[in-house]
Amino acid sequence: MVDLFKGYKGDALATLQKFNARVWSQTKVETTRGEFKGILLPRSENDDEQHVVIKLATGYNIGIATETITNMTEEGYKEAHYKIPEKEFPYRAGRPNVKLLGTGGTIASRLDYRTGAVIPAFSPGELYGAVPELADICNLSTEKLFAVFSENMGPEQYKTLAIAIGKEIEKGIDGIVIGHGTDTMHHTASALSFMVQDSPVPIVMVGSQRSSDRPSSDAALNLMHATKTAAESDIAEVMVCMFGPTSDEYGLLHRGTRVRKMHSSYRSTFRTIGDIPLAMVDRQKITPLKPKYNRRRLDRKAKIIPFFEEKVALVYYYPNMMPDMITSLIDNGYKGIIIAGTGLGHINKPLYPAIERCAKEGMAVYMTVQTLWGYVHMFVYDTGRDLMSKGIIPLANMLPEVAYIKLAWALGQTSDLEKVKELMLTPVVDEITDREPYNGYLIFQGGVPEVEEFLKRIHK
Amino acid sequence: MNYRFNPSDNYERTMQEVGYLPRTAATPETYSALGFKCGLEVHQQLLTKQKLFCRCPAGIYQKADDYDAEIIRHMRPTLSELGEYDGTALMEFKTRKNIVYRIKDATACTYDIDDTPPFPIIRVALDIAIQSALLLKTNIVGVLHVARKQYLDGSIPTGFQRTAIVGIEGSIPLKNKTVRIIQISIEEDSCREVSDIGHWRVYRTDRLGMPLIETVTYPDMLTPDEAAEAAHYIRFLNRASGKVRVGMGAAREDVNVSITGGTRVEIKGVAHIQWIPNLVHVEAFRQRSLLLIKAELAKRGLDPKSWAISHKELDPDLLPREQKAIKRVRARGWHLLGINLPKFEGILSHFTQPDRMFADEISDRLKVIACLERPNMLHSEQLHLFGDEQELVDIRDYLDAQPGDAQIVLWGPPDDMKTALETIEERCKLAMAGVPNETRKSISDGTTIFERVLPGADRMYPDTDSAPISIDDNVINEVRKSLPVDVSDRIAQLRDWKVPEDCFAYILRNNLIPLIETMISECKQTPRFVATMFGHGLKNLEGKKKAQPDFSFEKIRKLLLFVEQRKLGNEILKKMLPVIYSHPNMDFDSVLTTIDFREQRIEEILEFLPALRRKYLEIRKREGREAKIRWVMGQMRKRAVGNVSLRELHERVSKEIVHG
Repeated sequence: MVDLFKGYKGDALATLQKFNARVWSQTKVETTRGEFKGILLPRSENDDEQHVVIKLATGYNIGIATETITNMTEEGYKEAHYKIPEKEFPYRAGRPNVKLLGTGGTIASRLDYRTGAVIPAFSPGELYGAVPELADICNLSTEKLFAVFSENMGPEQYKTLAIAIGKEIEKGIDGIVIGHGTDTMHHTASALSFMVQDSPVPIVMVGSQRSSDRPSSDAALNLMHATKTAAESDIAEVMVCMFGPTSDEYGLLHRGTRVRKMHSSYRSTFRTIGDIPLAMVDRQKITPLKPKYNRRRLDRKAKIIPFFEEKVALVYYYPNMMPDMITSLIDNGYKGIIIAGTGLGHINKPLYPAIERCAKEGMAVYMTVQTLWGYVHMFVYDTGRDLMSKGIIPLANMLPEVAYIKLAWALGQTSDLEKVKELMLTPVVDEITDREPYNGYLIFQGGVPEVEEFLKRIHK
Repeated sequence: MNYRFNPSDNYERTMQEVGYLPRTAATPETYSALGFKCGLEVHQQLLTKQKLFCRCPAGIYQKADDYDAEIIRHMRPTLSELGEYDGTALMEFKTRKNIVYRIKDATACTYDIDDTPPFPIIRVALDIAIQSALLLKTNIVGVLHVARKQYLDGSIPTGFQRTAIVGIEGSIPLKNKTVRIIQISIEEDSCREVSDIGHWRVYRTDRLGMPLIETVTYPDMLTPDEAAEAAHYIRFLNRASGKVRVGMGAAREDVNVSITGGTRVEIKGVAHIQWIPNLVHVEAFRQRSLLLIKAELAKRGLDPKSWAISHKELDPDLLPREQKAIKRVRARGWHLLGINLPKFEGILSHFTQPDRMFADEISDRLKVIACLERPNMLHSEQLHLFGDEQELVDIRDYLDAQPGDAQIVLWGPPDDMKTALETIEERCKLAMAGVPNETRKSISDGTTIFERVLPGADRMYPDTDSAPISIDDNVINEVRKSLPVDVSDRIAQLRDWKVPEDCFAYILRNNLIPLIETMISECKQTPRFVATMFGHGLKNLEGKKKAQPDFSFEKIRKLLLFVEQRKLGNEILKKMLPVIYSHPNMDFDSVLTTIDFREQRIEEILEFLPALRRKYLEIRKREGREAKIRWVMGQMRKRAVGNVSLRELHERVSKEIVHG
């Protein structure tokens, strides 16, 4: 049956039914506050039941309380149909072939002004319609693997992605771009760093912090930077490509195992932690910042290792944490725990018995630091030495989220704790580094005249 | 080949055809003959401590070069429903502007630069908006839905303005008619422009995000004076709450103008209401001119589908070396193009506005769309020919021009030439259709220049970052309790008080009626006297110099109380007022000293009379009692002011002179 009253519930639905006013109809609403005319819009699931919403001729939406409505009259009806305009993507021989894999985030979109809906653009034709500059960069093809929000990405999606990437590499693609929501992009980036090893081509993750329906969106520029990187870059690694400064100037390429989302809303939210980014990318060129990286190759060999153990936890330590936080994990059959400890990698004494029990039950327990920057140093204080003696293994400067993903990946392959330890402590792509460069830890905290001067002169 | 076209004659002739006359010579019939219609969008900043969607302070302004950091952005059009880019959007995108925001920590946060989603709307602003909505007699919405209205010029870093309808369908009464109100909305203010040169546009973000209300009228105003009257009325109405900002830029009007056969053209950001009548007058005749051009082009059989310009690269040597622009072309390696406009003779020098011709319409668009700073072109119908006639003939020959064609010489950076050529061709083709949809900017000589293509309603969409806000009856009733008196009732009250009409604007603009009511209740003054003191005395002073920051209307209230307590005559006020205006913190006794006032009874003053009469006999030039009395009064006046009413003194002096 056709739903004539899309999304309306309760009082609002009763009112529409009483006056037989359909969603999408041009409606005259008489109320105790006067008369309103406009298109009756559908309601979304979580909206309240006391109001109806219409779009006025001026384009504005307004809400009307049902209790004030005395009459409604349909004066016309036109259902909205969404369709994104497609323009054929102009393929040209000689340009690099890039594959865009979609996971569900909106990379490009268009607005439906009648309803205000945002319609995602994804096929090459749709993308070309929205970001025509892409045609100057590469021959683009796309595949939508799934449609999930960033926060719902998980083991199944990681594995599917890794396998899909493997197939594309085999087929001879020149570079891969993965569209992804930004919230958990760094989790997926590290999962792919472990699951797809020795890739001969760049694998570039990209998203946007301001949705693509807004004129000031970072989406189009991010997409151009990412496709340019996939098409031309010599860096054959899993990378995150997002804004460097908040200004529309250049993107940064972050190594998949060293990147983290550091701001809830800034465009330049992604930062390389404990190191410097791999490279800068703008519309004209890619400028490497680190001399060492895996180079692009012509062969088609990549190792695809799609494993993931789901019973792994990441525990963020806080003062006065009770032991039951750990024991409940043991009781629930968890196989591994990553602890994000304080300072150099510490937790309090009352947790010791629980940690000892972990060792007895054959759980893998690893230590990282919640300071994010710097190494775990468990030899400095007694606490650290005690913890190691109870079976906690320090993970150097591996980021907590990366450690979580890597432990799940390792435990997915073997339950032999020695083998797991070997996997964990042998870096695949700099998730552990021997040294931290002096310029890795750059956080401008303001107040220093030189920094303020720098901020004034350089576009943020 | 000879070239004999006379642009000056053409300009004069077309101006006469258009029937242009100065506004002072125009009558209501002039406008009804044109089919003149005008509507207003009145923006008014609200007096709040904070901005609308973030918690930055409102109303703190920075100088253009005072900033802590710069951010650069580009605005990208989003596709419209039909898969086409909106006209404005496309134009702004063509311009490829780099937009720089100068931010200062004290006045802007990460919301202002679009790096943080909005915080809930500040309630106090909404209450002020509801108050104005009630005064406008609009239907108040049940739920406020925040919308995004796209602006691609960069004036708002998000690329859209957050705005919400508070009420629709109201009305205001003017002297002779009722003007209907389309809607009133609450919205955030935009950035202030610092500069716009070539491909760089610079803004400062201090004003950005401050709360505004926008009142939109139907195009019910049929003469320029009605437009000004409606603008005044809405301003008074907004100010009646006492909760709006005043001063430069706090209230701005956009004016929509059309004539029969023309198009709605919006003149943006008019800062002074007194400018409105002349601007809309000139715009009406500009539209009339464009309609005549359309008719002329149709007569010549030009069809926008087939008509096209042609161009060739020109050798800079073809033009006089001393031309500044030509020097620049050489120095910067720019392109110099000769363009032929088939059958356009007489169009380029066609009258459009006083001292403006059709060629200016092209040049203005080149500046905005192709980012070519003016002067950006020369043409074959300049009033003052470039070079000599032979050079123009050479260019015409080189371009294979036919008799009846017109030519443009264009220059600029090579990257901008494609857009520039498209812009010229497009503007000429638009001339075949009549009056293009535009927003225009007013300039100081009363004319307007192209600002951008007028956007349609197709640029609104819901703000998914903001939750709807319910406005229930309790909220409205609460606001209604403290609703100020209607402006029309205020005007009736002033008439009732017999206040001179030329005081009305000042009193209503400053919302002084409540204060006048207080003042007449606490001292023995007539409302007419108090009102005139504001509407003439103070207004006059303001016209001469700026008020000191500590000056307030409240000082005047205290002054009246002082004068009454000290039993001083009203005449003293005229002398005290300027001193208090300039030195608001001076105590009233010192003010009296400053103006040399000495307290004297009438008898003490009259003691001087015999001496003055003797003196008069010495120096008199004319006979007659009246002259004598006048002279004596003049001598006594200074002592009398404040001590005794001049009328009373006059009576006593006359009596003495008549009887003595």
